[in-house]
Amino acid sequence: MIRGVIIMNDQGKPRLIKFYEFQPPEKQQELVRSIYRVLCSRAENVSNFIKADSLFGPDVRLVYKTFATLYFVFIFDKSENELAVIDLMQVFVETLNKCFREVCELDIVFNFYKVHTILDEIIMGGQVLETSSEEVASAVDAISRPLSLSLSLPLSLRVCVCARALVSSCEWVLRCNRHLLLQLSLRVLEHGAQKYLWLNSTECFFSSLYFLLFRFV
Amino acid sequence: MKGPSLMDSLFQRSIDDLIKALRLTPPGTEPAFIAKAIEEIRLEIKSTDPQTKFLALQKLTYLHSLHGHDMSWAAFHSVELSSSASHSHKRTAYLSAALSFNPATTDVILLLTHHLRKDLSSPNAHAVSLALSTLSSICNPDLARDLTPELFTLLSSSKITVRKKAIATVLGVFKQYPDSVRVCFKRVVENLENLDLGILSAVVGLFSELTENEPRSYLPLAPEFYKILVDCKNNWVLIKVLKIFAKLAPLEPRLGKRVVEPICEIMSTMGAKSLVFECVRTILTSMSEHDSAVKLAVGKVREFLLEDDPNLKYLGLQALSIVAQKNISAVVENKDLVVKSLSDSDINIRLEALRLVMCIVSEDNVMEICRILISHSLKSDPEFCNEILGFILLTCGRNYYEVIFYFDWYVLFLGEMARVPHCQKGDEIATQLIDIGMRVKDARSQLVHVTRDLVIDPALLGNPFMHAVLAAAAWVSGEYIMLSRNPFEIMEALLQPRTSLLSPSVRAVYIHSAFKVLMFCMYSYLRLNGDDSSLPSTLIDSELVSDVELDDQNMIVTNGQPLSTSSVIDHLTQESILALVNLAEINLGPLAGSNELEVLERSTNVLGLIKLIKPMLLGSLDNGEGDQAKGELTASETVKMIFDSCSEDLGPVSVNAQERVPIPDGLGLKENLDDLEEICGDVKLPLLTSFSLVRPQYTEASSNADSQGKEESEPSSESTSLLAEHRKRHGLYYLALGNTMATSNDYPPAHDPKDKVADEAEDLVKLTEKSLITGKKPSQSKPRPVVVKFDDGEVTNVTTDRTGIKADLISGAVNKVLLGDEATTSSSSRRKPPKSRRVTDESSAGIAKIDQSEHSKAGSKHHGHGKERRHQSSAKDKDHDHKDKQKSDSTAHGKHRSRHRADKALEAQAPVIPDFLL
Repeated sequence: MIRGVIIMNDQGKPRLIKFYEFQPPEKQQELVRSIYRVLCSRAENVSNFIKADSLFGPDVRLVYKTFATLYFVFIFDKSENELAVIDLMQVFVETLNKCFREVCELDIVFNFYKVHTILDEIIMGGQVLETSSEEVASAVDAISRPLSLSLSLPLSLRVCVCARALVSSCEWVLRCNRHLLLQLSLRVLEHGAQKYLWLNSTECFFSSLYFLLFRFV
Repeated sequence: MKGPSLMDSLFQRSIDDLIKALRLTPPGTEPAFIAKAIEEIRLEIKSTDPQTKFLALQKLTYLHSLHGHDMSWAAFHSVELSSSASHSHKRTAYLSAALSFNPATTDVILLLTHHLRKDLSSPNAHAVSLALSTLSSICNPDLARDLTPELFTLLSSSKITVRKKAIATVLGVFKQYPDSVRVCFKRVVENLENLDLGILSAVVGLFSELTENEPRSYLPLAPEFYKILVDCKNNWVLIKVLKIFAKLAPLEPRLGKRVVEPICEIMSTMGAKSLVFECVRTILTSMSEHDSAVKLAVGKVREFLLEDDPNLKYLGLQALSIVAQKNISAVVENKDLVVKSLSDSDINIRLEALRLVMCIVSEDNVMEICRILISHSLKSDPEFCNEILGFILLTCGRNYYEVIFYFDWYVLFLGEMARVPHCQKGDEIATQLIDIGMRVKDARSQLVHVTRDLVIDPALLGNPFMHAVLAAAAWVSGEYIMLSRNPFEIMEALLQPRTSLLSPSVRAVYIHSAFKVLMFCMYSYLRLNGDDSSLPSTLIDSELVSDVELDDQNMIVTNGQPLSTSSVIDHLTQESILALVNLAEINLGPLAGSNELEVLERSTNVLGLIKLIKPMLLGSLDNGEGDQAKGELTASETVKMIFDSCSEDLGPVSVNAQERVPIPDGLGLKENLDDLEEICGDVKLPLLTSFSLVRPQYTEASSNADSQGKEESEPSSESTSLLAEHRKRHGLYYLALGNTMATSNDYPPAHDPKDKVADEAEDLVKLTEKSLITGKKPSQSKPRPVVVKFDDGEVTNVTTDRTGIKADLISGAVNKVLLGDEATTSSSSRRKPPKSRRVTDESSAGIAKIDQSEHSKAGSKHHGHGKERRHQSSAKDKDHDHKDKQKSDSTAHGKHRSRHRADKALEAQAPVIPDFLL
């Protein structure tokens, strides 16, 4: 059976870790690091196998393949065929390509859940389920169609909408209670400062807030 | 604790925000940022709003999976969210459960049972497959037991994707809860006949996993697998079927005979490399007795080796190493390609090739192969170079150097290996140098020659990896100094200033070797002057003479004929001896103040000896006629005694030597010796040097040979009196006096060459040698040198392999299901293959019974279900009749029953493996 699937980039950052037998998180990280160390030392145009006896014990094999900036690693035991697993890896990448239209590392970074869904359609419990990328892609489409409806607005948009609403409604709020507005602005500011310092959209948010404050305080 | 405020949920970060933020954090501050994010999540996840909880769980799962953050504390929240109506919420909850739950320790898994059951029986295929994939990830015995009925229903689901996933899930459930086999197995087997490729590949994959552990139980299914092998054209399915046959074929020779033909056909007609390789592997591992098939497979392997793709090359080499165990000629045929792979750029391929090359080493080609390998090792990187050297040493040293015929060559080769620039195998080389010295008498002269070169080279002293080799070389040069051409240069080498670079333990060996060399020179000198000086006549040691004469004829005979014109004797003038002694004194003098105990002690020994003999030498130098002084006599006697003790031949000691010593009567070995501690408390155990060899006649291998020699001759009166006193005080721990003498003579010497067992072994070696020589190489006139060895080498510990109890349970259950079947069918017709679909009423009733216990609520439902099954089975029987023309009895139930009665008796008998496919 297949013991695990790992995607990591060429700096050793994991992008997907899936083990089909339970591994504690620290162990997973350690395995990723030690696999990365081996992968780094491999030259180009060499065979895709890695000796993994020291990591997983005898009989366990490990194949990897490089696609652009990503390493795809499959860990499996002797009940799988080595070349077939390399083909399976190709199927996985093709499916990713179909689902994301010209997949790149960023797609995998930001679609953690979708990548897992795709993988679950190909391998389940270590058993290979489907080897045709068309089939997998259509199955994933069918699953994620209802999912896309429930997607919430991106945060930056939420913040902008909120700020705009504050500014535009300031007139009548002002009339009602200047003090309330001030309190509200301050609370928003407080939360914003806590959480959104790192966002590009913060600029727009804060400019609105300062505008508010200077105008009415 | 209070939940998150409205403001918190309004501005809750989604997973995308989290990822973006993580990417923007400056390096180094990531842990702090994650800690803060986790803090937020802890608050948010307690929210009553499912959307807030969902987002929090999403983020947490992400951090857990990719940043290794612990989320066991949030297990309950995953369970909570999994009951949500929204599919995306459910998906996140189940994924986080699959990624983070530990089936063995997470106790909230039990709370998930209900949700899983609900989803498994949901009409929504997505929900079902979600639940199945979760179940396959976190299956534990409780879950498996509780969800088996649902799984049983899904195994015949009309939706192909669902059925496929159910089959894949079955594996985990079987492993965790073997009783489920009785319920589900028949349905799984039914799926083997399915025409859908997805389902077929899932079932075949399942069986290839199951046969991995206990193949025998699945033999009755061989006909089904055979049909798939012949009919199916899908590579994935064929690979898995081949895996199954690789396990089944060794159990049943007739099966191998039957399947080898289709496998060969697939191998030669199919283009997919993965499939071809699987065919090759199946034939080589499980059907190696079919010569033509093996030949074909080896041909394919050669094609693989010729490919440019490194993967194929690597796998080809692996396939060859499978053949190598049984059929070495296949490897020899491809030797050219294997050797070529040794210089591949890929370390995997090189290692595999190296392993193969070592497989084909034999007496005839060992020299050629070693020469090729050493030239490769010089070209390659340090890591691989050492791999090569390690493999050479291992292979050549295997089973007491069985592949080595010319030891002179091998000894030279060892020296060459030690000089390979990246060599880090010093310890192994050192061990072999000493081992050969002790075991192979005929190789000693060459050995001394090789070690002389090693000891003399001052460049080698700077390499710390070489120190072990140098220690061995120094020991060999000291021990077999009588075979050396020029003891003086060895003495100089042993005392050269650069030896200060050596570690103290190695230095100690150097000094001790120098001591032996000095002893030898002194002794030879005294013998040379034996005529005119007053040496006792006993010094002409017949044993030594014969010992040296045994050696190779190009050796310098140093004694026996004192007037021979050998170079050593030429050098043995009083001046040269004196110069030697002075050299030793000058070099060792400073070491008498060394901090290292071993170095200090040994150099003091040598210096003490020099003090003893120097006056004699000077005296004889002054008075050429020889002074008959008393001191001189004792000095020469001492020299003789020490030399005797040093020239005692060392030999290997059998591992079991101690066991052969009979325990004398009255020796209480089992008694509690705790009170001995206070007596021995102040006695320090002697430090073990790297060469603690046991001298046969002495009870201890003392590092101080000097004092040993003295004690041998006349134990000093002081020590004997002390000993007697000690004996009086602690008589309990001494052997009875008479007894000691009697038994000590009875002890078989550990490596006595006349030892009966060893003798037998040697005879055997000689015998096989002779037959080899007469059979294989009649041209060789010189027989292979005798290697001293014992037949009772190390006792190999047989490791008991443990197979999982669970696997046994599964196979037990499978056996019950399948062989129960077997008994019902095999009686009716031998030609009929066992078919699980031939479910008789009673066996289906058996299933129904189990069903009943599982579905205690849905009794009525089960009734209809049972009917349906009966209907199915009769329909299938019809179908089967149509196919199987030999079978004439119809599907009449009456006949079924009557046949069944007869089977009852059969079932009582031990299950017999039926004839398959015959």
